[in-house]
Amino acid sequence: MEAKKKIVTAVIHLACILVSITMLIPFLWMVLTAFKSVPESTQVDPFIIFPTVWRTEAFSVVMENMNFLLLYKNTLLLIFFRVLCAVLTATLAGYAFARLNFKGKNFMFSMVLFQMMIPSQIFIIPQYIMVSKIGALNSIFGLVFPGLVTAFGTFLLKQAYMTLPKDLEEAARLDGCNIPQTFLFIMAPLARSSMVALGIFTAVFAFKDLMWPMIVNTEKDMLTLSSALAKMQGQYTTNFPQLMAASLIACLPMIVIYVIFQKQFIEGIATSGGKL
Amino acid sequence: MAKPKKKVTSQERNEFIWGWIFIIPTMLGLIILNIIPIFQTIYQSFFKTGDFGRGNIFVGLENYQKMFGDSQVWQALLNTVKYALMEVPVSIIISLVLAVLLNRKMKGRSVYRTIMFLPMVAAPAAVAMVWRWLFNSDFGLLNHVLGTKINWISSPDIAIYSIAVIGIWSIIGYNMVLFLSGLQEIPGDYYEAASIDGATGFKQFWHITCPLLSPTIFFVLITRIIGALQVFDLIFMVMDRANPALIKTQSLVYLFYEYSFRQKNQGYGSAIVVLLLILIMLVTVFQMVGQKKWVHYN
Repeated sequence: MEAKKKIVTAVIHLACILVSITMLIPFLWMVLTAFKSVPESTQVDPFIIFPTVWRTEAFSVVMENMNFLLLYKNTLLLIFFRVLCAVLTATLAGYAFARLNFKGKNFMFSMVLFQMMIPSQIFIIPQYIMVSKIGALNSIFGLVFPGLVTAFGTFLLKQAYMTLPKDLEEAARLDGCNIPQTFLFIMAPLARSSMVALGIFTAVFAFKDLMWPMIVNTEKDMLTLSSALAKMQGQYTTNFPQLMAASLIACLPMIVIYVIFQKQFIEGIATSGGKL
Repeated sequence: MAKPKKKVTSQERNEFIWGWIFIIPTMLGLIILNIIPIFQTIYQSFFKTGDFGRGNIFVGLENYQKMFGDSQVWQALLNTVKYALMEVPVSIIISLVLAVLLNRKMKGRSVYRTIMFLPMVAAPAAVAMVWRWLFNSDFGLLNHVLGTKINWISSPDIAIYSIAVIGIWSIIGYNMVLFLSGLQEIPGDYYEAASIDGATGFKQFWHITCPLLSPTIFFVLITRIIGALQVFDLIFMVMDRANPALIKTQSLVYLFYEYSFRQKNQGYGSAIVVLLLILIMLVTVFQMVGQKKWVHYN
């Protein structure tokens, strides 16, 4: 029985290790290629896995051609404002939908649910026209625009408030708290973990967004990391070390943050995603 | 039963006022950013955008007529469905197996989980770029390891499968984490009882895990299908416009982007996205009906 258990454990580890390697190879290959020279990267016979000399040429060329500081800044601002707007508006609306009774509430909430069922591409042309009409193309506001409010986040926060016990609220009211006070000092702090989850979820998807940034911000200085990579791909199709160096620079900060806060990331994305 | 008419208490009035104050930012945003645009897009699909972006000409159903006769659109629909039929079942099966394997106390569990989830935090643009390099027919790692000379992404017959492989690789960890949290909600006593009755391994999986996990499986299935039908980033980044396999891989959303923002024909782009909307609505309704047959909510 013990021996059998050991074999089972070994098989499970083997399977997990194989999958983990499959997950890591593209990232490893990205790193290895980025440090090679162009001839090295395309050398077939003999095939080279590790660069003979770890060169940083590709990085310096890419950093010269693309202003990564600016790209980081744009992406960071996009993430910051999307998260801020999403968490703020969804917390307020989620609380009202979960805990307050008022006329028109059900109809308004059905609109929230309705929005969640619609594929987001259908909003894009009108949103683009709006942004261009107010002259906000090539701006941070333009980037943030579709994420000013979030139906999904509202739904998520409503679920979170609904699980909180009713007595707390009643006790607060008996102590003379009005509605905004009850919300601000009693309820909102209790929903903090859901706000963090929504924040992480929003941040990751803002970072990954490609189509919208490509559409609204076309000026070189207003691109995000994702849209800059897309633009770069069209220009240097064969310089693989440079393409990989740029990809690495674009991905690394998020990966480092993820590895540090992996528990919060996985839980945040899974608990949000699990309620989508 | 007639309710006695009661006076509006101050509590009720406060809830009304504050309720609306709290939801107004979200509702205004949703109406301006989402609800009105739905109708605008549908409206736009009855117009032809004039050349050089000049004005809109009402053309009635012409865009739809053109779309139904457009072999490119049918091909894109087929490509999209093909992609979804590959990505969704394969990624769900692999991630379900992984979740079951990892749903136990074992060494390295969180390390495995962290690694498998990693693609989720990488930008799709970068992911597509590195896979394109792995798939490169002359110098790519994949052909070298396999000793082949396959044109993974430029052969019209296989390019869509190669893209599905990238899609599967990207999503496995995410699905697995969702399954893991579903599995953790299944009480351990069920398995103990089953063990006493002599059911082990696959029997346990089939008779306990599958039915009890079916709400999660259903949920992941529906969200993944909808997500897969909207595939864009991977195809956009992997396929060059000159790629001979483009016509056999471009998805509906890719065509939508192509027509709306490259060719500036927003009318036709809108008609394509309305088709996508209908497709997704059909899937949603079909699944809502179908779930009654095989999902066990307790």
